[in-house]
Amino acid sequence: MISSSSDNVKKLSSINRRMFITGSLKFFIMIGLVSRLFFLQVKENKKYLTLSDKNRIREWKLAPVRGEFHDYFGNVVAGNFEAFQLHVIPEQVEDFRYVIYRLKDLLELSDKEFKKVLKKKNEIKPWETLIVSDNLSWNKFSKVNNHLYDLNGVKPVISISRNYPFGDNFTHVLGYVSQANERDIESNEIIKKNFVPGLKIGKVGLEKSFEEELIGKNDIERYEVNAYGRRISQLEFQKGEKGKTLKLTIDTEVQKLANELLKDQAGSICVMDIFTGEIIAMHSSPSFDPNLFVFGISQDDWQIIRNDPLKPLVNKTLQGNYSPGSTIKPIVALSALENGIINTNFTVECTGKKEMYGQTYHCWKKKGHGFVSLRNAMKQSCDTYFYEIARKLGVDKLSETAKKFGLGEKVFGDLFDIEKKGLIPNTVWKKNALGKGWLLGETMITGIGQGYIQTTPIQLCLMTAQIANGGYKIYPKIIANEENKKDQPDDKYVPLYQNSKNISIIQDAMFGSTNEVMGTSYRSRIDNIKYQFAGKTGTAQVKKITERDRELDLKTFEIPYEERDHALYIAFGPYKNPRYALSVLVEHGGNGSTTAAPMAKKLFKLIIDRHTLRQSVNNNTYLEI
Amino acid sequence: MYQHTRLTTNNSGFFQKFLNFDYILLACILLLGFISLATMYSTDGGKVLFHTKSHFTKLVIFTFMMLIFSFINIKFWFSIGYLSYLLVVGLLIWTFLFGITSSGSQRWIDLYFINLQPSELMKIFIILCLAKYFHRMKLENVNSLYTILTSLIIILLPMGLVIVQPDLGTSLLIAISGIAVLWFAGINNRYFIYTMLGFIISLPFIIAFLKPYQKLRVLTFLNPDRDPLGAGYQIIQSKIAVGSGGIFGKGFLKGTQSYLEFLPEKHTDFIFTLFSEEFGFVGSVFLLLIYAVIIYRIIAIGASSRSYFAKIFCYSFGGAIFVYIAINMSMVLGLLPIVGSPLPIMSYGGSSMLATMIGFGIVMSAKVHSQQSIA
Repeated sequence: MISSSSDNVKKLSSINRRMFITGSLKFFIMIGLVSRLFFLQVKENKKYLTLSDKNRIREWKLAPVRGEFHDYFGNVVAGNFEAFQLHVIPEQVEDFRYVIYRLKDLLELSDKEFKKVLKKKNEIKPWETLIVSDNLSWNKFSKVNNHLYDLNGVKPVISISRNYPFGDNFTHVLGYVSQANERDIESNEIIKKNFVPGLKIGKVGLEKSFEEELIGKNDIERYEVNAYGRRISQLEFQKGEKGKTLKLTIDTEVQKLANELLKDQAGSICVMDIFTGEIIAMHSSPSFDPNLFVFGISQDDWQIIRNDPLKPLVNKTLQGNYSPGSTIKPIVALSALENGIINTNFTVECTGKKEMYGQTYHCWKKKGHGFVSLRNAMKQSCDTYFYEIARKLGVDKLSETAKKFGLGEKVFGDLFDIEKKGLIPNTVWKKNALGKGWLLGETMITGIGQGYIQTTPIQLCLMTAQIANGGYKIYPKIIANEENKKDQPDDKYVPLYQNSKNISIIQDAMFGSTNEVMGTSYRSRIDNIKYQFAGKTGTAQVKKITERDRELDLKTFEIPYEERDHALYIAFGPYKNPRYALSVLVEHGGNGSTTAAPMAKKLFKLIIDRHTLRQSVNNNTYLEI
Repeated sequence: MYQHTRLTTNNSGFFQKFLNFDYILLACILLLGFISLATMYSTDGGKVLFHTKSHFTKLVIFTFMMLIFSFINIKFWFSIGYLSYLLVVGLLIWTFLFGITSSGSQRWIDLYFINLQPSELMKIFIILCLAKYFHRMKLENVNSLYTILTSLIIILLPMGLVIVQPDLGTSLLIAISGIAVLWFAGINNRYFIYTMLGFIISLPFIIAFLKPYQKLRVLTFLNPDRDPLGAGYQIIQSKIAVGSGGIFGKGFLKGTQSYLEFLPEKHTDFIFTLFSEEFGFVGSVFLLLIYAVIIYRIIAIGASSRSYFAKIFCYSFGGAIFVYIAINMSMVLGLLPIVGSPLPIMSYGGSSMLATMIGFGIVMSAKVHSQQSIA
């Protein structure tokens, strides 16, 4: 009993000692846990709070609303329309197979389209939106709406999309928009910033050039999401901004006429205000409907456009390098006058051809023009006269004048990335580019706008405008409300002549060419002084005319299409008080005077009729300011 | 004096037993139960859903059970020490043979109204068994080879049965419960030191025998960022939740980490994370304090108990509870690798709560019958 009790005491002291040890241990571990909590929750709180927000908050960007294009009168030429779309969120659909087959019937989807939809469905998460149809007709859209009771989980959505109400009229000015691809995103910061799946961006033309202004700002939705990325609640909605609306200087009516005139032909028409440089119309034919590209062009449509022999994808106005033909003659004559090579009394005898340096240089008129002075030579477009003065002038002086008037230089600067510079040759150029010396014979054919010389239709238009306005430098512009500093260079309205009389001489000669008997475009004249215009025809050879061709002397329609001459015409009007200049080019149109000049007549009629209206718009804007 | 003896020896009346209750311990347990209910309500997203309802039912039933157990004489608990142990071992064998498999381990027995996890019960009954074993033993016999071997077998048998389920975490907790008893029973210090050394030396071999997922857990613990979306996900998300709670927490039902399902196992092992996110440092320390008071009361009851059995049970149970809490919290706070160990009472899970409540019941019984000596 005693031993047992002493054992008990020993046992008790042992257990109590050990209890004390464990108790202290527990105390320290508790302190450890509390300090760990303190470290995480108090000291590192900010770091973990950020991490927690990063976990739970996700941003969704909505497609920004693209800015519009208006014409000079405020008509929408590239706008936004409400596209009827069908969205399905797969996880919200009870019986996806049933719904999708039902939709297939209702929308009359082809098997190919249907497969595409199914493929898209497999690529997305079940709570993401599946766009079954991106642009439904109203009929089908309302049909689906009528069957909604049967289509659980299908959402009819009206979304904003690009629309070109004037179809193919503005394609070569505006370009078109289409889905942004990876390259677009990589190459443009602003697209990258605003990118959302399905974003449409400008692919060519002004749509591309002004992407930054047009694209607008995304609406941003901030959502709280769970660990699986599902949206739980909306935390914030940040309204975006619609892109800037750009006003073109173009008059839709003139543009439409240009399109009509060139219907079924390849060519270009430009019309320009000779003082402000505003482009009134700029059309390249054939064109195509840009609306086809908005939701991705179908393979069939694409093949039709691509394989068209008239090359609708080429912007002939800006990209087309053509021999100017006789339309260069005003510049050649001006250059000769300016450099004092000739005066108005200088005459040349034209016998139809001229032998020189072992070559025969033909005038277009086999019988020859006899003795011609400058005015007559311009009027009748005598080649022999221009061979002679070009020879006397020399190509270097000629190229100097041509460049002054805007040839060989991009008219719009960097605005259109497709624009070509053309080519104004001189001796230095040939030495550098071809490594050969300049031949005098080459100067002669340059004098009639053949050989190396190449111009774009827009350059010819600018050249004509600068002759028409009395010889002052202007900068063409196509966006009316784009007040860029670059648009206001110092040398605007700087005289391009040495002697203003020379300009008048050329203007007068061009008047003769259109309004006097024997003038090459006499048949296209308008006698009414209000509309009266002055011009110069041009017929550019696309291949060297052989002796055999000359003997055959075929009519235009007898020659194969690709070998026919390009028809050109430049003009300004009204003659008494010039305001507008234009250039017309019809590819393989045969003859400038028969094909191109009549178009100018119709254009001037409309342009001058609309002049007052245009002025009134101008006055209004001044009043607003 | 006579009256006093009479009162104590006469098994006292029901009313007297009621007065002998440890009301601080009871209040703490009820408070903990309330907090756990609120937290469970939060894991259900602020609605009374399955987990809340089930937790509430269990809490009510098991609390009543605990109260009833308090009135049962401590002698009874002493008497069923071996039997209950053998019963649970039987259940473990039953589990091994016919248990329900869930997420790759066979831990449960289907009792129709409850899926019982016998390994959780073993955490308590191994203490009961060993406490009885050492109750009458003379101190000089405690360190005899026979005693040590017997007690080791008592510990290793259920451990083995739990390891094969496989459930490393629980088997370690069972071992810790058993070792706690050995420690308080007075096994020589050097055995513990030897065991510790042996463990450290054999660590490389143990690691070699670990299952790939267990190795991964250790590696992940050492560097959670090595696979933030895979193995490290739990630790990282748990730390984010606790850390973002700040001093006062995000507010009740406003824990974004749990509400948005970034937290794994938020009902069970990671319940403290959710609580800590919503109630912050202040709330967490308060919860720790409640646990500290509970443990303190358990130890105090042990200290005031006359019987050696009650003492050894209370000390060991208090120690075990502490270890469960410490391991669970260290795990969610990123101080230990992830092992499956619930937070007593707070975590969802019937068996764990049942075992804990049985433990509290026995402790309470020891308090009510503190003057009772066991022959």
